[in-house]
Amino acid sequence: MSNSIPEIEDAKMMLCVGTNMTECHPIIAVRVKKAVRKGAKLYVVDPRKIPLTEYADGHLPLKLGSDVALFNAMAKVIIDEGLEDKEYIEERVEGFEELKAHLQPFTLEYAEEISGVPAELIRECAIEYAKAESAGIYYTLGITEHICGVSNVQSLCNLALITGNLGKKSAGVNPLRGQNNIQGAGDCGALPNNYPGFQSVEDPACQEKFEKAWGVPMDPKKGITKIAALDHAVDGRIKAMWICGENTLVTDPDVKHTTKALESLDFLVVQDMFLTDTAKLADVVFPAAAFTEVDGFFTNSDRRVQRIRKAANPPGEAKPDWWIISQVAQRMETPVDFEYQSSEEVFAELAALSPIYAGLTYDRIEKGDLSWPVPDKDHPGTPVLHEGEFLNGKGKLQLLDYVPPSENPDEEYPFYLTTGRRLPTYHSNTMTGRSGGFRILVPNEWLEIHPADSDRLGLVDGDWARIKSRRGEVITRVAVTRTSPRGTVFMSFAFPEEVMTNFVTNPEVDPRTETPEFKVAAVSIERVEAPSGLGAEQALRADPEGPGLV
Amino acid sequence: MMSNENRMTIDGAEVTFQPGETVLEVARRQGAFVPTLCYDERLDPYGSCRLCVVEVEGRRLPASSCTLKAESGMEIRTGSDPIRKMQSTLMEMVLSENPDDECPRCRDIGTCEVHDLAEKLDVGRERFLGAISNASKDDSNPFLLRDYDRCISCYRCVRICDEVEADHAITMTGRGWNKGIATAFDGGLMDSDCTLCGQCIYTCPTGALADKKMVGQGEIPGEVEVTRSVCPYCGTGCSINLHSRDGKMIGVTPVLDGPVNEGALCVKGQFGFDFVNSGDRLTRPLIRKNGELTPVSWDEAFDYTAQKLMSVRADHGPKAFYAIASGRAPGEGSYMLQKFTRAVMNSNQVDNCSRG
Repeated sequence: MSNSIPEIEDAKMMLCVGTNMTECHPIIAVRVKKAVRKGAKLYVVDPRKIPLTEYADGHLPLKLGSDVALFNAMAKVIIDEGLEDKEYIEERVEGFEELKAHLQPFTLEYAEEISGVPAELIRECAIEYAKAESAGIYYTLGITEHICGVSNVQSLCNLALITGNLGKKSAGVNPLRGQNNIQGAGDCGALPNNYPGFQSVEDPACQEKFEKAWGVPMDPKKGITKIAALDHAVDGRIKAMWICGENTLVTDPDVKHTTKALESLDFLVVQDMFLTDTAKLADVVFPAAAFTEVDGFFTNSDRRVQRIRKAANPPGEAKPDWWIISQVAQRMETPVDFEYQSSEEVFAELAALSPIYAGLTYDRIEKGDLSWPVPDKDHPGTPVLHEGEFLNGKGKLQLLDYVPPSENPDEEYPFYLTTGRRLPTYHSNTMTGRSGGFRILVPNEWLEIHPADSDRLGLVDGDWARIKSRRGEVITRVAVTRTSPRGTVFMSFAFPEEVMTNFVTNPEVDPRTETPEFKVAAVSIERVEAPSGLGAEQALRADPEGPGLV
Repeated sequence: MMSNENRMTIDGAEVTFQPGETVLEVARRQGAFVPTLCYDERLDPYGSCRLCVVEVEGRRLPASSCTLKAESGMEIRTGSDPIRKMQSTLMEMVLSENPDDECPRCRDIGTCEVHDLAEKLDVGRERFLGAISNASKDDSNPFLLRDYDRCISCYRCVRICDEVEADHAITMTGRGWNKGIATAFDGGLMDSDCTLCGQCIYTCPTGALADKKMVGQGEIPGEVEVTRSVCPYCGTGCSINLHSRDGKMIGVTPVLDGPVNEGALCVKGQFGFDFVNSGDRLTRPLIRKNGELTPVSWDEAFDYTAQKLMSVRADHGPKAFYAIASGRAPGEGSYMLQKFTRAVMNSNQVDNCSRG
């Protein structure tokens, strides 16, 4: 996020795009709701009538993947109405005239035709966004999990740049990260193109820095992404893989392909708390300690580096992740130092090598009040990025074209399927599914479908249906709901042992980030008889003796 | 002469205040003992419990300090005999409506605000003994216990649900003796707009609301440790307190000064911690032998893995290895995995799970 979470409640206008916040980031939604209570405007852009729309001044129910058409049209409205921040553009932005020319075809009528959102509503939203004293954009995977994910993000950045909303309190462009430490994993250099602290692996100065620190030569070429790596596993270029704390088999699109990739490996190491579907394919499984059993840190969405602390003992011989990896390293005839006495030592090395973490120690992250960059020991942290100036000079406006989703409904697969989470079932349910009580709240998967569609298919609430795409098919229950728009159905992927939703999803990726288009697949739906032996009554619960089950 | 602006007197001491502050806030900052029950600093002042009454020079009647804005030149007395007498009487009335048995909040989590204040004001429940409300709800949800026999009608639960969570799931009903807390149509929480976030439990100053996972914990021997940490679910980064006994997790409570959440949690952060106690946790390293994953010693697992990876590196080159770091595990592990990949396997073939 360019701005911090607490600032949200002082925003004057909030544009929430592709973020089912009350279910997926409920406590960020608390700030949004507080801002609404203080009089801020809220516009929600989402194909589904998600709970956040109940608090909104406007809901723009766009068709899946039509974001660029919509936001380009909003930018055009802002410029046509003369609502752009001329001073800010003059001082901090480049490419304005080019953008203005590029936007000519993106009329409201065109945007309405592509997105299905009424022109007047698009115009209203654009004007409210541009007129607000501070307007924040908040988005989640509804923006990024598309073949045009990067363009989607850039179309939002354009809006912030032409209205001067980047580098200002209670504004900005704010991706909400979906996992507790996904930001931290990237910060630590678990990326094929960056060392810790987002230092490029292809920059000779950075290579030299890490060669000096670790005492061995660095590969001067960046690696491939995880998505490409699975392809390379299938074709034999990758022989061994080490997967830490990810249930890849279940959470990646096109399960058949992922299974094939993992089964093609000569050697698979999985490090996890549980014997997940992915771990079941492994040659070696390392038992990892839980977050309650180790000292360490998580970095959240607003770049806040926070301490976690050991409160309980790991079961059996489970160990902290860093310790396990360092032990293997020490047995690999390497000259590199992998002897660490504590997690704090590991953190100190990370901080010493990462300019954005340079001012951080375990002591300084005690209270969790520092967002990176924290370049030195006295630095107060950086809740708002880009204040005063951008890191690379001027903010560059991008000329973006609308690209339709890679798959669209046709005669054979007449519906759009989009996927996401539900409030009580987190991700593939490895954590919530094993916590007492959650199976009572959400006992099974279901397909959400609009009544007009269900009527046509002869489906009623509680029926079973087969959902089929070009990759595969699943059978699940049906819930008739107006949350889903006509022609678009929704599923989560929280019950892989019963309904492996990612058999159906779309593995096409954004060519720049290689993020799959989880949000759009074309599917067919047909009613089927209830299968025997499936459903809530058989819902697996890992620990029947677990606490708290009532 | 010094300006009188934004200055007032509390118990004889001259103090400054910020415009907009309440007398309660100023008095507490001065260290004055001003009891409250309906007050939660995260909520709008409500003024229903009347315990925060103070004497204001020039006013005939005491005023509730939580709703009284500080004004220049005010003279406030917080702890005079008449004020303490009023507070004690009010507390006695509150206590008289509460059952006499052991308070579950005091037993399981720590002294509740009502019983803490009763002790501080040194009062009991005997003087006004009468009926108790019998308003408890049989609610079949898995997380929240609703024992309204202990409700003192401070409405902090209703207000936090409205003002902070904005779910508006519960409301006040009835009048006088029949007043209570209910959902729309007075059904169970799971049939209402309640998201089971549990915020009402931890603003409640009594044992009327309880975390079912914590109920009865106080009866188990052994000291409970409270350790501050961060929620393991989404990327919001809410601060939580981990409650553990004898090295085992028993519950989670919100951290009121957590910089991101200020005491708010969602259903996952509040109640979804006990996966760590799950009976199917991995407890030993496993190696596939004759097709079966078989428990082995750490040494065997390390040596085997190191040998295998060295031969992959030797036979197929650095790029034949790939590492995927966790977006959920602590950062030190991700740092170590990328160092391993770059410095030992000699490639940049490492990523995390952010792409899907």
